[in-house]
Amino acid sequence: MSENVGIVIVSHSPDVARGAADMVRQMVGSDVPLAWCGGAPGGGLGTSVEAILAAIDQAWSESGVAILVDLGGAETNSEMAIEMLPEERRARIVICDAPVVEGAVMAGTEASAGSTLEEVRHTAEELRAH
Amino acid sequence: MTLTPELQRKLIQAVASCMIEHADELVALDQAIGDGDHGLNMKRGFEAVLADLDKIAALPTSEALKAVGMALVMKVGGASGPLYGTLFMSFGKALPEDLTVAGIAEAFASAVDAVKARGKSDVGAKTMLDVLAPLVQVLRSGGPDLPNRLRVRATEAAAATVPMKATRGRASFLGERSIGHMDPGARSSELITHAILTALTAS
Repeated sequence: MSENVGIVIVSHSPDVARGAADMVRQMVGSDVPLAWCGGAPGGGLGTSVEAILAAIDQAWSESGVAILVDLGGAETNSEMAIEMLPEERRARIVICDAPVVEGAVMAGTEASAGSTLEEVRHTAEELRAH
Repeated sequence: MTLTPELQRKLIQAVASCMIEHADELVALDQAIGDGDHGLNMKRGFEAVLADLDKIAALPTSEALKAVGMALVMKVGGASGPLYGTLFMSFGKALPEDLTVAGIAEAFASAVDAVKARGKSDVGAKTMLDVLAPLVQVLRSGGPDLPNRLRVRATEAAAATVPMKATRGRASFLGERSIGHMDPGARSSELITHAILTALTAS
């Protein structure tokens, strides 16, 4: 059996990121690799490319990693982080166009069913349609 | 032409001190239409650049630009990190060894294109691109009195973002209410341009 897709939560606020991760954990237990990061380098609201890279590493799964972001800078910094990774990893990471909390919970639940990265992304992004 | 390590040092210091000095002004502009962190983010990024000043200034110009960009990417914490980081890194990557105005213009043009791609944006969205893109045109036109024309164009272009409606970035959440404020990214691009030109023409 292949590994479940990993989930990374990136918020400007460490409290939001940690809280969203807690909600995912409550849903899926330890079946899904999960990591979060939030806050600018050195503190304050923001996101850090270095912290995002570490979170991707922590939640890494051979099946891929789905990233949930809150606002613009979190997305741009996540894209930057992905570009800094080796090619074979880059192709297995997606940034979901979904609200960070609900998206993370939906993505985590889908991932815990052993779904593919594309299915996980699709489920998170379905929230946009509602 | 090539830049000496001494001049590179002066240029980096000029840009960094300018961003640090104007942090409060950029915060105020960003508080009006964004999330209020632009000044502090740029300050943090350029403080990280200054921390490595000796090492960066000694590098060949293209490598020095890449190092400045990487420091901004890693340390800024907001979208301006990857955006300015991409600008400096792409500029460094495309810069020819022998610096001519035409060569600088083309390298800068490719850097501005890279910022457009990174930010999924273009001219007219009330962003830093509204200052950077007009500077490409001035650089490409070359001719006499170039530093002064670049300086004037940067100021005009930043001012021209005031009546614009933001369609990209946090300011776009405000829609019509973004009208009437200068874009903080446009202002920081103007400030950086001025700092570079002042240091260059004084040397």
